[in-house]
Amino acid sequence: MSEANLSMGHGAGVMEASPFAIPSKKLVMWLFIISDACTFGAMLYAYGYLKNAAADWPHPFESASIMNALLMTFILVTSSLTILIGVRAAKAGNKSKAMLWTFITIVLGLAFAALHLKEWMGLINEGVRLFQNPWGSPMFGASFFAITGLHLAHVVSGAVALLVVILGYKRGRYNSDDLEIWSLYWHFVDLVWMFVVPMIYLMNVKA
Amino acid sequence: MDSNQGSLKGDLVVYVLILILACVQVFFLRGHLLAMLSVAGIQAFLAISFFMHLGSEKATLRLALIPVTLFVLVMMNMIWADSYRLMVLKPFAK
Repeated sequence: MSEANLSMGHGAGVMEASPFAIPSKKLVMWLFIISDACTFGAMLYAYGYLKNAAADWPHPFESASIMNALLMTFILVTSSLTILIGVRAAKAGNKSKAMLWTFITIVLGLAFAALHLKEWMGLINEGVRLFQNPWGSPMFGASFFAITGLHLAHVVSGAVALLVVILGYKRGRYNSDDLEIWSLYWHFVDLVWMFVVPMIYLMNVKA
Repeated sequence: MDSNQGSLKGDLVVYVLILILACVQVFFLRGHLLAMLSVAGIQAFLAISFFMHLGSEKATLRLALIPVTLFVLVMMNMIWADSYRLMVLKPFAK
């Protein structure tokens, strides 16, 4: 074992250096992200399976819903940019700027959630339920609410996590590395939405 | 962890590119699943490489994460045969 590996810290003198050259908490976040990617992948494949096998799959989305989805995309991608600016400020040691941009990210996340709930309420008012709808295959509601609901849960939990981390960062409990690690999760949530929109919304536009 | 943050200008370029691709999906590719998923793949590549900075991480990390994820996602494609069987209510011809 080289001297460089005998660094201070947990397990000093026993542990080898990380082959990935990143802290273990960042590696854990990456592992969580790939497992979550497989979860969303499985759900989207299951959605495709059901849609493919149903002769009367509903196409309920009008152009207002599509524009709403585009606005939600704009908000989520913008929130990815704002958290990047926040992390950059935290790395530079500018605490107030880091807090400001992280709070903007959280507000954008909540705006996304509000638009999502508005879309849900519109469909519920039209008669869409988990296992029934006025148009065709009853599995549409189950798959739509399951996939978008899981994504919505990720957005809300990401906003809560960012709030906890930024408040801890203000008190000195967390540092810029913690904010960077949770920003990875936030970007992942953004990334998943890029696949949800075409599969769920753009493939089911009313003719 | 601050050696691979890139520049704000670069992040802005990636941000605009992702938004342009989202508009392309909505206004030009609507209803064409493979084309839309290809564009989504490009958006995901941009987000992972530049927003999540995986492009500037050590190659061992990329090799540990990307192939296994793609392998699992690609292997999930085996469900389509059964999906088509359900659609026509008979197995594929031997």
